[in-house]
Amino acid sequence: MELSGAEIVIQCLKDEGVEYIFGYPGGAVLHIYDALFRQEDVKHILVRHEQGATHAADGYARSTGKPGVVLVTSGPGATNAVTGIATAYMDSIPMVVLSGQVPLPVIGSDAFQECDTVGITRPCVKHNFLVKDVHKIAETIKKAFYIATTGRPGPVVVDIPKDITDPRVKIPYEYPRSVSLRSYHPSTKGHRWQIKKAVELLLSAKRPMVYSGGGVVLGNASDELTRLVDLLGFPITNTLMGLGAYPATGQHFVGMLGMHGTYEANMAMHDCDMLLAIGARFDDRVTGKIAEFCPYAKIVHIDVDPASISKTVRVDVPIVGEVASVLTDLCDMIQSGERRPDREALATWWDRISHWQKVDCLRFDRSGTVIKPQFVVEQLYEATHGDAFITSDVGQHQMWAAQFYKFDKPRRWINSGGLGTMGFGLPAAIGVKLAHPDSEVCCITGEASIQMCIQELATALQYRTPIKIVNLNNGYMGMVRQWQEFSYESRYSHSYLETIPDFVKLAEAYGHVGMRIEKAADVRPALEEALKLKDRTVFMDFLTDPTENVYPMIEAGKAHNDMRLSPGMIDARELA
Amino acid sequence: MRHIISILIENEAGALSRVSGLFSARGYNIESLTVAPTQDPSLSRMTLVTSGSDEIIEQITKQLNKLIDVVKLIDLSESSHIERELMMVKVRAVNGAREEIKRLADIFRGKIIDVTPGTFVIEITGEKSKVDAFLSALAEDSIIEVVRTGASGISRGDRGLTL
Repeated sequence: MELSGAEIVIQCLKDEGVEYIFGYPGGAVLHIYDALFRQEDVKHILVRHEQGATHAADGYARSTGKPGVVLVTSGPGATNAVTGIATAYMDSIPMVVLSGQVPLPVIGSDAFQECDTVGITRPCVKHNFLVKDVHKIAETIKKAFYIATTGRPGPVVVDIPKDITDPRVKIPYEYPRSVSLRSYHPSTKGHRWQIKKAVELLLSAKRPMVYSGGGVVLGNASDELTRLVDLLGFPITNTLMGLGAYPATGQHFVGMLGMHGTYEANMAMHDCDMLLAIGARFDDRVTGKIAEFCPYAKIVHIDVDPASISKTVRVDVPIVGEVASVLTDLCDMIQSGERRPDREALATWWDRISHWQKVDCLRFDRSGTVIKPQFVVEQLYEATHGDAFITSDVGQHQMWAAQFYKFDKPRRWINSGGLGTMGFGLPAAIGVKLAHPDSEVCCITGEASIQMCIQELATALQYRTPIKIVNLNNGYMGMVRQWQEFSYESRYSHSYLETIPDFVKLAEAYGHVGMRIEKAADVRPALEEALKLKDRTVFMDFLTDPTENVYPMIEAGKAHNDMRLSPGMIDARELA
Repeated sequence: MRHIISILIENEAGALSRVSGLFSARGYNIESLTVAPTQDPSLSRMTLVTSGSDEIIEQITKQLNKLIDVVKLIDLSESSHIERELMMVKVRAVNGAREEIKRLADIFRGKIIDVTPGTFVIEITGEKSKVDAFLSALAEDSIIEVVRTGASGISRGDRGLTL
């Protein structure tokens, strides 16, 4: 088969099994767009801004486990994509971004729409390539998919100069069946001796704790995690990125941990004597003050990325390998041995945890008519029977979504945890809906975040991706306002959005359904009504209590047992 | 503590910037960095001198290994190794000072590789400490220009950093 460079790019995507490509055309990718036009296998989703393309591809990737694919032009096309690439990089999301580049002979001459895409994206990609020869396109794209999806996944950028996609130059095409790189060998199986040491620590623990993160979701190890936790009977907490990996309604789940984690999860972290960390990276939002992190615990850490181990917290037993494989080995080794966990110690430990649970740290005021944001998320959970895909933006609404929507399955909770990118939720929801057309997809957002990628409402209409937008509108950048209240004596410096568009009219202008909900009693009926509109995108603008804060909160630099609780709530240590 | 790390890296455009970018992005020190192709032109050998606590050095080696272009690396400081640096120094050499400088260069086994009526260029090779010592032995006002390669290193014994 003789193909041009542009046709090769598209044929590679077909051979890679790519279903959707999210993009925006421009000069440097016109040959590629022409090749795209002449086929129907790879469906192109035209976004309204390249950031939206990356987030939509990201949502597709997070909800399916398959790599998200993006096509943008050179210069501003590539720079607009950078936020989305960095978002995927921080959360280890498999993504392949194809960017156009000016023709090879003019690279470096400050040509029109030229930028050093490889240089600009280098710090926020797993790897990137500049293809300089039409004969190298297929091999490079193969490598890009391989690198993006193996080991610790991540985004890979392939920068393609326009001249090598010239439709007049045809060369023989064959997609490489496999690829091997002498410099890249991701670990798979954990070291047996290390696993044995981990088993000994697990079985001799008196106050064990399991802390699992996004790596369990990415590594499709949810079943293995559930098996291990239920086998041992240990308490488990999930990070923001790990929610759903162990069912939130499961009997051993003590809630999310960290800055806005539950009281019981954070107290158990502080007091545990053995911590099993799985596919988690000891992020500062999770650890709080490093010097007082799990002060009594021996730590076992399972991760596919050796660089994640002992990066911020020294661990006692590192295990490098794919989490699913290591967890299976752990379970098998425990089950084939004689020894069992210390049931008596475990019962005492669970007693302490249930004492902490009595604080009921997520309780909120249900008495007034004003809409509490937590109530909206709780009602959404009930109205969708806990089975929706939930995307979110960044801020208070994101934390309430994480706290109040009980995720029982992995890949249902789609949010930008690492980079914390406002504007992520709406385009991500479009990507999720394309991948799961028969599932309910809701975007929990706020009036500040949603405006950062609001233009994608047009994309949602063009591709008929009916999503339900739950806008928790409190007039403020809520999380900024909360920090200003706590740490800056309520000086709300530029966190109040004095002019907010009429979201009902805005939604209608984009061809969707808009609803405004102002009273608590109307929340559930509005959600039910919106969910009934199966084939429409509905923008629900909930006017919520502007003074509500996210609790509990570990303020920056404080330890797990130093939490700020909701006003009027009594700390368990005082209860006792 | 000072560490000397040897890296085999794909000899491709941008490979060097991946390494230097990693150091600046993560706030690690680079004392010196030398790089040149090996006998296999597809591979470059890089010698990087850095310093930091054991934890930082462990992170540096892990992060370097994570770069897709890095094929293999070794922390030479962990075992017996040889380290050399080349320096060329241009000095003012007039009248009686010419003999004096030549004697000094001989003591350090340096070579005079360029001569003008008023200057010498001296080439000197050795460990960093020897090169430093030669430089401080020269009268400060006689030095016109100094160029150093930074350290290159190789391990002792029969094992090597190869594919």
